[in-house]
Amino acid sequence: MTQEREDQLTALRKKANLLRQRDLVMIQRAGMGHIGGDFSALDILVTLYFAVLRVDPQHPDAPDRDRFILSKGHCAGALYNTIAEAGFFPTSELETFMKPLSRLNGHPDRTKVPGVEASTGPLGHGLSIGVGAALAARLDGASWRTYVLTGDGELQEGSNWEAAMAAAHYGLDNLTVIVDRNRLQQGAPTEDTIRLEPLADKWRAFGWAVREVDGHDYAALLQALQGEHWEPGRPRCLIAYTHKGQGVSFMCDNVDWHHRVPTPEEAERALQELQEAVRG
Amino acid sequence: MSQLYDCRDAFAQALEEAARNDPRIVVVINDSLGSSKLKGFKTAFPQRLVNVGIAEQNMVGVAAGLANGGKIPFVSGASPFLTARALEQIKVDLAYSQANVKLCGMSSGLAYGELGPTHHSIEDLAWTRAIANLTVIVPADPLETAQAIHEAARVSGPFFLRISRMPVPQVHPADYRFRIGKASWLRQGSDVALIATGVMVARALEAAALLANDGIEATVINMATIRPLDRETVIEVARRTGAIVTVEEHTIYGGLGGAIAEVVVTTYPVPMRILGVPGVFAPTGSPEYLLEHFGLTPAGIRAAALELLKARAQQ
Repeated sequence: MTQEREDQLTALRKKANLLRQRDLVMIQRAGMGHIGGDFSALDILVTLYFAVLRVDPQHPDAPDRDRFILSKGHCAGALYNTIAEAGFFPTSELETFMKPLSRLNGHPDRTKVPGVEASTGPLGHGLSIGVGAALAARLDGASWRTYVLTGDGELQEGSNWEAAMAAAHYGLDNLTVIVDRNRLQQGAPTEDTIRLEPLADKWRAFGWAVREVDGHDYAALLQALQGEHWEPGRPRCLIAYTHKGQGVSFMCDNVDWHHRVPTPEEAERALQELQEAVRG
Repeated sequence: MSQLYDCRDAFAQALEEAARNDPRIVVVINDSLGSSKLKGFKTAFPQRLVNVGIAEQNMVGVAAGLANGGKIPFVSGASPFLTARALEQIKVDLAYSQANVKLCGMSSGLAYGELGPTHHSIEDLAWTRAIANLTVIVPADPLETAQAIHEAARVSGPFFLRISRMPVPQVHPADYRFRIGKASWLRQGSDVALIATGVMVARALEAAALLANDGIEATVINMATIRPLDRETVIEVARRTGAIVTVEEHTIYGGLGGAIAEVVVTTYPVPMRILGVPGVFAPTGSPEYLLEHFGLTPAGIRAAALELLKARAQQ
């Protein structure tokens, strides 16, 4: 690995650590939020917005921008922190998260928040929207790409598989779905709720090119998301194995932290852990 | 008897014209090429027709994504499946998102007759008109259908157009100009108002002719836009006639009648009758048989108007 690459990875890690701290404070202040899923998705979001996506915060509606669609809309907190840091709106506005009349709903609203491509919240919507966007680019012969981040429990929604069939039928290799495979849904492990495994086989059977990575490993994420070694003619599925609550020991892989709000003491401990991690 | 038309022909022709003028227009279907009469569109613009198969939720989501990518998608599928199966996508991906997508609910109402209540779409106006941001249009004849398609293509935002396959005559003169949110006055009379939509408009006109034989002069209004509703016309009609009969090929819960009543009772209360499907699943029968069964005929509308005027006189 070149020094430049190592520096990039370090910068991304630090960025994600900072955004986890901000998200924690934001959720603590709002008294609401989905911290577990935010933290499982944050490394993916940071990789996308700071190393992959061709987007310009000064021109959020530029026709040739890459599209990123957060299908797991309840993790709006992670998205808001990421796109605010990227410059789509002032980070100071994060203080209004879920406050009356704030444009920062508990779920993202594309008509209000610059940089939000799709208003999501109900699960199983994002991939269809991504298929449509990828088709639009294809029709125009345009080179912009579409990325969709889904939860894993979300894949229990049948609409995803309608979209998966369509994407493969139309050979949309300009579409990438990333599955935040944190293995926990709201109340229990996915496999105890409605089994998803063998998940990679399912996507392959639906006609997708599939790769599996550690969703907190920046080198692996970058390689998969920037990499050229995908099979042409097939939509791309990246299964990112993650941990709900990643970065905070007492939240990690703990189903209780789907949408629990930390007490002041817990927030203090979590912040301390995150700060120590970045120092170390 | 005047010539009858299937509005899907006007729909398909207008859509092809619009697509010729605007390269952003694309069509999304759910294996509904023939039932939407879009074979000509496919021949003319093979690349611009996306068939997602039998998958309505995906169909609407794909349309939202196409709109995000700068396209103007017209989604065309049988209204019962398009609206019921994809209602959450219609609410969230289109209306809440203010996506520039035009839903065309084909063969709406009782048009599928003998196929039964699974295929009847008599709740679609209630569902769609409850959703913010969504413009809801029910054309009454081929001319209005074509103009509504062109307006939907021209005006940004999410639309639901309810298009029947039941044969209807041309009810508007050739110089008619459809405007979103504007009712059209087809007949002036001061005794009672008949406010109809879609395939019921021609029948309301026939009912007015019958009432004229009874010595009763009826106003006939075509309420082609269900949302945003032409409140001014409703209030004016209430003032001028003092009695309103609404007629729709739809359940009486939450459709045209409900929309009119919401305005009337809060502005200028007058007695009303709401004609439609009375909150039941229809029995087996052809579309014509079912309209007869539910009194959605010129004679049935006349009878309701007479009963309303009699009841009002006794008050």
